[in-house]
Amino acid sequence: MKKLINGVDNVVDEMLDGMIAAYPQYLKRLDGFDVVVRAGGSDGKVALVSGGGSGHEPAHGGYVGKGMLDGAIAGAVFTSPTPDQIFEAIKAANGGKGVLLVIKNYTGDVMNFEMAADMARDEGIEVDQVITADDVAVENSTWTTGRRGIAGTIFVHKLAGACAEAGGSLADVKAVAEKVIANVRSMGMAVDACTVPAAGKPSFDLAEDEVEIGIGIHGEPGVNREKISPVNDIVDKLLAKILAEGIYNAGDEVAVMVNGMGGTPLMELFVANKHLADELAKKNIKVYKTLVGNYMTSLDMEGFSITLLKVDDELKKLLDAPADTPAFVQA
Amino acid sequence: MSTRIYDCLKCIGEKIIENKDFLTDLDREIGDADHGVNMARGFTAVIEKTSPDDPDIGAVLKKTGMTLLSTVGGASGPLYGTAYMEAAKVLAGKDTLSAEDFKAALEAAIAGIQKRGKAEKGEKTMLDSLIPALDAYSAKIAEGGSLVDGLEKACEAAEEGIEFTKTIAATKGRASYLGDRSIGHQDPGATSATMTLEVIRDFLKG
Repeated sequence: MKKLINGVDNVVDEMLDGMIAAYPQYLKRLDGFDVVVRAGGSDGKVALVSGGGSGHEPAHGGYVGKGMLDGAIAGAVFTSPTPDQIFEAIKAANGGKGVLLVIKNYTGDVMNFEMAADMARDEGIEVDQVITADDVAVENSTWTTGRRGIAGTIFVHKLAGACAEAGGSLADVKAVAEKVIANVRSMGMAVDACTVPAAGKPSFDLAEDEVEIGIGIHGEPGVNREKISPVNDIVDKLLAKILAEGIYNAGDEVAVMVNGMGGTPLMELFVANKHLADELAKKNIKVYKTLVGNYMTSLDMEGFSITLLKVDDELKKLLDAPADTPAFVQA
Repeated sequence: MSTRIYDCLKCIGEKIIENKDFLTDLDREIGDADHGVNMARGFTAVIEKTSPDDPDIGAVLKKTGMTLLSTVGGASGPLYGTAYMEAAKVLAGKDTLSAEDFKAALEAAIAGIQKRGKAEKGEKTMLDSLIPALDAYSAKIAEGGSLVDGLEKACEAAEEGIEFTKTIAATKGRASYLGDRSIGHQDPGATSATMTLEVIRDFLKG
């Protein structure tokens, strides 16, 4: 394993201090915790708190700032943060108007956030939660843990964050988050696996000519392994699965995210986006806005995901609202 | 004073830490390659924070549960944390452990895991080792077996439980994303749970 680290045990700690050193105008760290909150606090508004394992940077600390999150908790790499850490984030982010937790649908995240929410309620803080589950690679049935929350979560941060910034109540903010969750779907793939520092070796092995379709963001294997093909064919596969949801139809408007997994050049993401834009145009699905970049990564994994969010006037307005965070700026 | 329970927990911790890579490798096959790493981090903290001077068995187990909850993370943290804390409630104030006490503690631990994880037997989780272990243990002590006799049976059943997890697809946790591709692999949680029971058995046998 070759990594630019000093030791596997202090990666998260040093990363957070490095983020604070880079963005003191946006962020401050809670002493003794792996939690970042807005440097200027969040008084008088509903607070949004999210988090998860580390290794998804800039998620989630990079989205703490005006118009998006109020607090973010960084767990160990790919490991949900613990309830005590989440509880501290809730307390610190709480501006007196209630706190909405944005949780990605993973067994550990849901359990830890729910335990923290119980602790916060015991202290009289109003807490509610939404669970993102945008990954169509996973069949949604009562027989599985349910779909994973992946890159579509960033749209929840952006739009629910805009609602909170505009003075929305906890119920309003939750309603926006639920509306985004209902209208956002994603699917990803990997050309090569990632290496968790503490594990020291790739999370799965792919042959030189193989790709993994339906990959999650934790190096967990995907749903299908196959020979690599031109990126246009891969885009077609991911898009077909997303469109099969029946949410996005001719005449609809969508926001698009082509998200890099951390180890893929922007050049390749733009190549993917070219074909994606062409295909959506052919299907008469109008692209309202496109984001291309590394928004929800998976360490050094090579690969990408496609996310579509169906937008109406309300969601377009929230998408266009100002945001000012380390990783997402909307003038 | 609670020297024995402290020593026993220390043995559990050492066993988990010793098997850090093994458990992580099992998790790499069907999960996200962190079970051993997370559990080892948790038990390193448990060994540091608990003490032979803690007042009773319940107190040591409560501290163990709280420590696991705040250091392990993932799904294992809340599940093992809850298990130890529920067992602690049953054993609060106790200095010795009878065969019946252990049964009650294991029952409470399993109930806690089921409530927190919303899981049943047959979903390729630690419950596939723990529930058969409890059943085998209860049957043995019902016919007059000792704590150690019961644990011998419990460990056999837990081992069979690990084998059983190889035959089924996961419907809980990250392994459930794999569907049938998880068949053929043993569950890391069932493995660490079985290890725990085996350490307790060996410790009590002396």
